[in-house]
Amino acid sequence: MTMNALAQEAGNWIEIVALEDIPQLGSRVIKTDTVDIALFRTALDEVFAIKDACPHKQGPLSQGIVHGTSVTCPLHNWKIDLASGEALGPDEGCTNVYPVKVENGMVYLGSLEARAA
Amino acid sequence: MRENLVLVGNGMAGVRTLEELFKHGDDLYNITVIGSEPHPNYNRMMLSPVLASEKTVSDIILNSREWYEEHGIELITGDGVTEISRVNKSVITASGRKFPYDRLLLATGSNPFIIPVPGADKEGVIGFRDIHDVETMLAATRQYKNAVVIGGGLLGLEAANGLMKQGMNVTVVHLLDTLMERQLDKPAAAMLKTSLEQKGLKFLMEAQTAELIGEQRVTGVKFADGSEVDADLVVMAVGIRPNIELLQQAGIYCERGVVVNDTMQTYDPSIYAVGECVQHRKQCYGLVAPLFEQARVAANHLAQVGSTRYEGSVTSTKLKVTGIDLFSAGNFNEEEGDEAMVLQDPASGTYKKLVIRDNKIKGAVLFGDTMDGTWYFQLMREGTNIADFRRTIMFGQHDLGDAGHGDAQVLALPDSAEICGCNGVCKGEIVNAISKQGLFTLEDVRAHTKASSSCGSCTGLVEALLASTVGEGYDEAPSKKPMCGCTEHSHDDVIRAIKQQKLKTMPDVREFMEWKTPDGCAACRPALNYYLLANWPEEYQDDAQSRFINERAHGNIQKDGTYSVVPRMFGGLCTANDLRAIADVSDKYKVPEMKVTGGQRIDLFGVQKEDLPAVWKDLSDAGFVSGHAYGKAMRTVKTCAGKTWCRFGTQNSTGLGVKLEELTWGSWMPHKFKLAVSGCPRNCAEATIKDFGVVCVDSGYELHVGGNGGIKVRVTDLLCKVETEQQVLEYCGAFIQKYREEAHYLERTAPWVERVGLSTIKECILDDEEARKALYDRFKLSQKYAQIDPWKARAEGEAAHEFTPLKIAG
Ligand SMILES: Cc1cc2nc3c(=O)[nH]c(=O)nc-3n(C[C@H](O)[C@H](O)[C@H](O)COP(=O)(O)OP(=O)(O)OC[C@H]3O[C@@H](n4cnc5c(N)ncnc54)[C@H](O)[C@@H]3O)c2cc1C
Ligand code: HEM
Ligand code: SF4
Ligand code: SF4
Ligand code: FES
Repeated sequence: MTMNALAQEAGNWIEIVALEDIPQLGSRVIKTDTVDIALFRTALDEVFAIKDACPHKQGPLSQGIVHGTSVTCPLHNWKIDLASGEALGPDEGCTNVYPVKVENGMVYLGSLEARAA
Repeated sequence: MRENLVLVGNGMAGVRTLEELFKHGDDLYNITVIGSEPHPNYNRMMLSPVLASEKTVSDIILNSREWYEEHGIELITGDGVTEISRVNKSVITASGRKFPYDRLLLATGSNPFIIPVPGADKEGVIGFRDIHDVETMLAATRQYKNAVVIGGGLLGLEAANGLMKQGMNVTVVHLLDTLMERQLDKPAAAMLKTSLEQKGLKFLMEAQTAELIGEQRVTGVKFADGSEVDADLVVMAVGIRPNIELLQQAGIYCERGVVVNDTMQTYDPSIYAVGECVQHRKQCYGLVAPLFEQARVAANHLAQVGSTRYEGSVTSTKLKVTGIDLFSAGNFNEEEGDEAMVLQDPASGTYKKLVIRDNKIKGAVLFGDTMDGTWYFQLMREGTNIADFRRTIMFGQHDLGDAGHGDAQVLALPDSAEICGCNGVCKGEIVNAISKQGLFTLEDVRAHTKASSSCGSCTGLVEALLASTVGEGYDEAPSKKPMCGCTEHSHDDVIRAIKQQKLKTMPDVREFMEWKTPDGCAACRPALNYYLLANWPEEYQDDAQSRFINERAHGNIQKDGTYSVVPRMFGGLCTANDLRAIADVSDKYKVPEMKVTGGQRIDLFGVQKEDLPAVWKDLSDAGFVSGHAYGKAMRTVKTCAGKTWCRFGTQNSTGLGVKLEELTWGSWMPHKFKLAVSGCPRNCAEATIKDFGVVCVDSGYELHVGGNGGIKVRVTDLLCKVETEQQVLEYCGAFIQKYREEAHYLERTAPWVERVGLSTIKECILDDEEARKALYDRFKLSQKYAQIDPWKARAEGEAAHEFTPLKIAG
């Protein structure tokens, strides 16, 4: 499913944080009861949300270095594409992605029910 | 509209160029590849093991037909190009097909030279160049008994060895009295001959072939002196000739090979050439390492990046005959004015010779023990001054990972043996990845298997596996190693540009140096951040997002995601109040474990990230600053009891330790940096395995540099002796600053000192007072900005987002 389709299905959005409170080329962690989600902001102010666990050995991706639209895991340097959650280059694996949008400087995450679907 | 790129010659250099080109993008050209052989690109060097039945043809395919498809390449096999029409910009094949090009890449390799003696055209007389030749030889081994190999060079000996393994009776005929005279001196050649004879090969030296006799098929070889030997198969391995007939016909300027400039262009600028067919600066090459360097440059220009030049290569060779270790590089026969160092042990069958001039290695020949070949070769290419370790150089670098493993031992290990302890990668996985995915470089192996990508101690072992699996084609250290995939420039280039061009921000560096990525990667960003910080301490704003997580969070992330906190204890001294404050923090935040570290301070383990600012606030209120136990930074000054208490003490080692730590704490370094002060030569503080160590003696202080503990222990070199504490501080600051300004990011002092040579460092710090004082002043200046406690700042709210998670229910 594409990001947009996911987002449409999500229907209701949860307000998370102001865009300016995520550092450029940096991240924030969203803690939920079930899962930690890493929220990234790129140099061009795009925002992505993916599960904060590397497909390799669950490294905390939120703590990695962000470049372009990917992040390098702090544990063993896998490169993960922020849009798809997939490992880049010769590595193989994938982590969950979540719908996000930015409106009026505020970041929203698609609701949890939709994400479970 | 994409332009057409046509590659003529589906071999190692040509296809490597395409692979390099794809690194710049997959859709730059419509690509057609035309090869006369019926196979996709394979590893020609591995024909020798195929002939010896150590590998099969399918093992040595480098690019499968699917690879060509995936990259949208039109592949023509078994149909050679017979004409290049430069007027119509097209090529025509033997079967009459015509392909237009906008740019043409020629990589036609070379042909074996067949000596023009009578009978050379008989059946059973062949060269050793391609799969077809190997198949012909293998067929002959099943039917016939006697083989003669003409030529006692690298290729001839590998052919002879393979044929012998197939059960043939093999005689090697050589025109001169020394085997492999282009690679070996006489003693090494004699040892080689003896061990090959022990394996069963026969040699006819100084024998000049006059005629090949027989009817339709060859039956024997006749020599100039009239003698004869029987032969049902004759392999000519006397040399190769660049394959340029086609190019000459097209009127492209050729001498011995097709002449190219530093950007791999022929005299016709839309025609490029790489590989053995090429002549560059009067030089033709017959080994893959230089061809791969050419490929990188050609690809760069085809992709219109255009920032690199090929400047020629220095080559080395190894012989791929199982059980014989042989290495050779450079000028190995000494001339007037050269010095030769020789280490020979007939009992173990080893011979090592280095030819030295003005303290630089000019050439090397190793037989029996080739473990240090790569090291000598590197010293030779980089022109390292070896004066400082001349006395031990013959004994090698002892650099092959876990002590005791050597090339030979790695090869003998079972597939299940763990090579990379950090990432748990076994030998089998590495060998598999190398052969299945066609890997040639250490970087490739790191990317695909993760072996050697962490602490790097197994690098030597992985290199040995690469060398044995792909043969000598693997790129050892390319002569100029790019910093990372984002750039063609080396660390040295970048450091120089930052200084000379006064580049003061990361975007400036990336723009000036034509970075390929908009914001770098996890390898170059921390390095650039460091270089800018070290060069422009007053102006540069540190970039937290370019630091590894430990440095960003100012604590060591532990495997369960918690952090450890190590407050600084200057010189390892502490008071009851200090300990009480630490104890209080430990109680208040329920720290699960505490430990006294080897750096003489206390580590609090298991602190939650959210609690870090509060923990730091309490420590900071009690007077502590960060111990930087997490950073590429100055770590600790370890001290011994010293004169105050110890009956052997000669100076106040603790007091000096405190002063050194007060001078140096907080400074960022290329890598971690440790100091120690021992009160007497008994050296209880282990000062001689530190980056900077002081050993007190009655008359003053000995200063030692460039040591480290760790996986490969390196004992320090003595820098000098000084008389006062003030001098210790000044020399220490100057040494640190030189390291900070010149070392590559992530290079510790030990390899740095070895790379630049202790004498260079001495010249600057000992002999040149002005330079020393200037370095010391620059260090103190940068310390003005560095000695701001990061913990206190964060306890007061800096970078709060880093430590506060966002919470939502669900
Ligand atoms: C048995 C053997 C062992 C070797 N061992 C080593 C070693 O240990 N270390 C080392 O560094 N090097 C070694 N080499 C040398 C190394 O293999 C070569 O340097 C390398 O393969 C040359 O690459 P190339 O692309 O220039 O030529 P090639 O790999 O020969 O490729 C040229 C290709 O072009 C094709 N071609 C030629 N003319 C035309 C045409 N008109 N139209 C279409 N196609 C054409 C040829 O058929 C061939 O396939 C060895 C070589 C051999 C034969
Ligand atoms: C590749 C080699 C090494 C690695 C990866 C490494 C890693 C580390 C790490 C991660 C810590 C921090 C522990 C923590 O607080 O969580 C540490 C601390 C320490 N290491 Fe190492 N270490 C290496 C080599 C060495 C060597 C060779 C020595 C000594 C000779 C050494 C001595 C210490 C000491 C003394 C400390 C405590 C530091 C302090 O008090 O600040 N380490 N090391
Ligand atoms: S190094 Fe010397 S002065 Fe220091 S504790 Fe040991 S014996 Fe005593
Ligand atoms: S030696 Fe160092 S790296 Fe190894 S487990 Fe101990 S603290 Fe960790
Ligand atoms: S856990 Fe991310 S690379 Fe290993």
